[in-house]
Amino acid sequence: MNAVHCQQIEKSFGQGETRTKVLRGVDFAAAQGEMTFLVGPSGCGKTTLISIIAGLLASDAGSVSLFGESLCSLSARDQILFRRRHLGFVFQQYHLLPSLTAAENAAVPLLAAGMNRKLAVKKATELLGALGIGNRADAAPRLLSGGQQQRVALARALVHEPRLIICDEPTAALDHKSGESVMELLSSAAVHPDRAVVVVTHDNRVFRFAHRIAHMDDGVITHIESPGNQI
Amino acid sequence: MTYVAFQMLIGDRAKYIGLLFAVAFSTFLLQNQTSIFSNLMKRAGNQIRDVTDADVWVMAPKTEYFDQTKALQESDLQKVRGVSGVDYAVRIFKGLPIAKTRKGQFAACSVLGLDDATLLGAPRNMILGNWQDLWKPNCIVLDKAGYLLLFPGEELKLGQELELNDQRVKVVGISDALPAFTTFPLIHARYTEALTFQGRQRQQLSFVLVRPTVGTSPDELATRIAEQTGLMALTTSQFQRASVVYYLKNTGIPVNFGITVVVSIIVGLVVTGQTFYLFILENLKQFGALKAIGVTNGSMLGMVLFQSSLVWFVGVSIGTALSATFFNISSLVIQLRHFIFFWESAVGVAAFMLLIIALASSAGLMRVIRLQPAEVFRS
Repeated sequence: MNAVHCQQIEKSFGQGETRTKVLRGVDFAAAQGEMTFLVGPSGCGKTTLISIIAGLLASDAGSVSLFGESLCSLSARDQILFRRRHLGFVFQQYHLLPSLTAAENAAVPLLAAGMNRKLAVKKATELLGALGIGNRADAAPRLLSGGQQQRVALARALVHEPRLIICDEPTAALDHKSGESVMELLSSAAVHPDRAVVVVTHDNRVFRFAHRIAHMDDGVITHIESPGNQI
Repeated sequence: MTYVAFQMLIGDRAKYIGLLFAVAFSTFLLQNQTSIFSNLMKRAGNQIRDVTDADVWVMAPKTEYFDQTKALQESDLQKVRGVSGVDYAVRIFKGLPIAKTRKGQFAACSVLGLDDATLLGAPRNMILGNWQDLWKPNCIVLDKAGYLLLFPGEELKLGQELELNDQRVKVVGISDALPAFTTFPLIHARYTEALTFQGRQRQQLSFVLVRPTVGTSPDELATRIAEQTGLMALTTSQFQRASVVYYLKNTGIPVNFGITVVVSIIVGLVVTGQTFYLFILENLKQFGALKAIGVTNGSMLGMVLFQSSLVWFVGVSIGTALSATFFNISSLVIQLRHFIFFWESAVGVAAFMLLIIALASSAGLMRVIRLQPAEVFRS
């Protein structure tokens, strides 16, 4: 079953003469149990597409359904609640809250869902342990290396057991070794039969982790390849 | 999410302390200036308030304030006594002679000459001595601030002598009179003796102090006296208000304090409002990440409200504590005696600071609510 199903997505920015069409009828799908990469040159519309898939941005035309649920049919508030419950995010710049510890950062989705703070932090600490940085659970983000921060971000994306994980250039701010390590963790911890992972990346050194790669250019998916699961 | 909001607020200690300082400083400045201004203006009516034996003051028409007196005729006193509803009416003289000490210290003094028979209008708050001793010849009661001015460095004691218009008088009491707007020492004496301190004039009756009979209101009686005698009659509170209004209209004090208060308000707005607004803006990316994760606008509102309420509460508490400390310490200074921290000032400024922070957080909140969570994907 497709976790993500996009049909004829269109999106433009600006008005009048400055109006730019970023997505020109994109069809895209990501299956459960797979890690799907979305690759392409800068400005081709990758970030816009994942923003629309995540419900962070509204499309001008076309439809998006996640796990069979059409996003358009949901109210704005229900979209937020759906996102909170079913989606996890890994950002390029991590976006960790500097005043929270690693464990508290990882626990944010649980706190947002109303879970008791102690329970949420306990669960997040366990997950950080599974991701290999349990000993840094009480550290502030500024005291962590880039790789460690991205692991905390990964823990935050996984802690509430979402069904779709969206990663935006997860290795862009990391050196090769740390990037490899994060991708290994992502593929081992995030890929699950009930879950889909969509990764936007430029980094062709990590393409081998993908089950499928959707190539994008000038606002459309040009082709999809299945490099074979080499994980 | 309250915990997250709290940590976001205090996480950067320097910013947090800066925020608190801005709120506390503005609070202190505003409370301090408004209270000092109110205290100063209140002084304009203090000598009227200090006379507890009368409810209505009768004076020459067109009198504007306490320190401006035009003598009445002795027959005016009888006219007032003849008005129905008057329980008693007594004369009071107000003069401004020069007092000299044996050591040569001198100062212009405000003298209140009290009715010889009753001593109505005598000071009730005595630090040393008894006001009843005014019945003895050549005796006066001097206020504490006046004593310290005329006898600098000397401890408070009775029996000191002053020379008033070539007459030697003895201090038989030291009063804790409410400070007047002018800094003149305040002397209470018997009417007939007070007249001699000033030097004889044809008419010397400054005011008539009146108390209404039971069942007659001071307002009603003041109106009746004015109608029947052609004199000006004001209740104690009306006369106090008139004196305050005179100083408000005829001195630069309101303008001076007004400018300070306006500057304080601008400082409060700019420093507090902008600091808090910038605090929210600097955390915009964090709020964006939280929105992407699925934190609702309602939760964001709650977080910002919590942060602003906390900053307001702690900042205003510190500022108010500073103001209270200031007025507590300043009450020990003789020139600032009876300066109090008005609760109206404390509450009013706290409400004003709440308004500023509410405006700043509303402006910041609008940015948070309008923030597209997709922004977090932009590196």
